[in-house]
Amino acid sequence: MSAARRALWSVSGLFALLLAWGAGHAAYGPFVLPRPDEAFAALVGLVRSGAAGAAILATAGQALLGWAIGLAVGLAVAFPAGFVEPFRLAARPVSTLLIGMPPVAWIVLALIWFGPGGGADAFTVSVTVAPILFGAALQGLASRDPALDEMAAQFRAPRLMRLTDVIAPQLLAHLAPAAAAALGFSWKVCVMAEVIASGAGIGGQLALARAHLDLPGTFAWLLIIVALALASDAFLLWPLRRRTAVVA
Amino acid sequence: MNLTFSRVSLGFGDEPVLADIDLEVAAGEFVVLLGPSGCGKTTMLRLAGGALAPGRGIVRSAFARAAVVTQTPRLLKWMDALDNAAFGMKAAGVPRGERRDRARAILLRLGLADADLAKKPARLSGGMAQRVALARALAIEPDLILMDEPFAALEAGLRRRLQDLVRAETERLRAAALFVTHDVTEAVSVASRIVLLSRRPARIVADIANAPARDAAEAFEAAAALLRRPDAAAAINAGGGGEIDL
Repeated sequence: MSAARRALWSVSGLFALLLAWGAGHAAYGPFVLPRPDEAFAALVGLVRSGAAGAAILATAGQALLGWAIGLAVGLAVAFPAGFVEPFRLAARPVSTLLIGMPPVAWIVLALIWFGPGGGADAFTVSVTVAPILFGAALQGLASRDPALDEMAAQFRAPRLMRLTDVIAPQLLAHLAPAAAAALGFSWKVCVMAEVIASGAGIGGQLALARAHLDLPGTFAWLLIIVALALASDAFLLWPLRRRTAVVA
Repeated sequence: MNLTFSRVSLGFGDEPVLADIDLEVAAGEFVVLLGPSGCGKTTMLRLAGGALAPGRGIVRSAFARAAVVTQTPRLLKWMDALDNAAFGMKAAGVPRGERRDRARAILLRLGLADADLAKKPARLSGGMAQRVALARALAIEPDLILMDEPFAALEAGLRRRLQDLVRAETERLRAAALFVTHDVTEAVSVASRIVLLSRRPARIVADIANAPARDAAEAFEAAAALLRRPDAAAAINAGGGGEIDL
C-alpha cells in the first residue's frame, strides 16, 4: 500500500470518530456531548488566553518528573536483579504486588502522607510506572544474547563499554516500548491525581470545567491531554526507538 | 612464543570431553584441529582463549593478544559494519578516528564495498557478516587467532575465498592460528599442521605437517590421502557420535 493511501486510512479512523461524536451530539444534545466545533473553539480560546499553556506546563512537569523518577527507580532495582538471582527472586513479588495496586489507591495514600500540594501527583505517577519499567528492564537484561557478552569478554572490553555498547542497546529494545507506554500512562495518572488531589494543572482545570458544567471546555481539556500523550511519544521516545532499530 | 597444552583433561559433569591432550602451537603456525562433530574441538579452543579452565593439566599461552572468530559472527546488530569491525580496537582504547580508519581499510581489503560499511548486520549477507567478524578480529593485530568453524555456514566458493584471505592475513600478521573444523577439505586447504582428534573424549591421534592446497582439485586429492591414513580412519570409525565431512 502506498504511503499516501496508508495516511488516508489512518486519518479515516479519526474522521469516523469525529462523525460519531457529531452523531452523538445530534442524538443526545449539548448537555451530554458538545458540538465538535464548539469544543475546538473552546480549545482555541484556552490556547489564546494562555490558560492551556500554564496548565500544560504544570501537568507536564509533574508527569515527566514522576515518569523520570519511576524510570530511575525501575532501572536501579532491575540492574542488581538482572545479575544477582537472590535479589531477583526477592524483587519480583514486590513488583507484582505494586503493579496490582490501583493508581487511585496511591492517590489516597499520597493525599494522607503529603497533603494536597505536596507532590502527590508526581509520587503517584512514579510509583505506578516504576514496577512496569522494572519488569521491562529485567526482561531486557534476562533475554540478552550471552554470545555477545562472551564476544565482549574475549576482546577484553572494559566494564563501562560492555554496558554502553553491548548491554544497554539490548535492554533498550525491551525498555523503549515499555517506557513509551508508561509515558502515555503517566499523563493519564497525573491528570487523575490532579482531579482528585492537587487541583493543579490540566486535571484541576478539567475539574473546574466539570463543576461549571462547561462541556465544550471539558472536551477541550480532554483533547489537550490526548495531544500531549501523542506528542510526548513522538518527540521523546520515537527517536529512542529509532536509535535501537536493527535495520540501517 | 607459543601456546601449550600439557596433559590437559576436562569433563562436563560425569562426561569426559578431553583426555590427556599435549599440544604446542608456535608463532607463525596455522594449526587445524580436525575431528568429528562434538568431539571437543570447541572446548580446546575455549581453553586456549581462557574462557574455560582445564580440569587437569595446564594450558599456557605466551601470546599477548588473542582474537576469536566463531561460526556465528556475533555482530552487534545496532551498530554498522564499520563500528562492529572497530569494536575490538575500541575495547583496546584506540581513538575513534584512528580505529574507524583502520577498520575501513581492513573491511575494504576483505572485499566489502564502501557502501556496505554503513550497513547494519541485518542488511549484510552471511558472507559479508562473517568478513566483518574477521575484520574485527584482525583489526586488533592479534598474535594468536582462534577460529571455530568460521566458514561452516557459507557456500563453497565463498568459503574458499575466505580461507585464502584468512591464510594471507595470518601470514601478514605473522600470527599463530588455531582453527577448528570437521571438514577435511577445509583442513588441508588452510593448515600448516593438522591435529587429528578422536571421537569424544578427544585424544590426539595424529599430528600431520601439511602444505595448504592451492586449488579445489589439490584440496580434494589431499583430503582423500588424509582419509586413507589408517590413524584417520580409526579416528573416524571408532565409537558412535559425530561426523567428519569431506
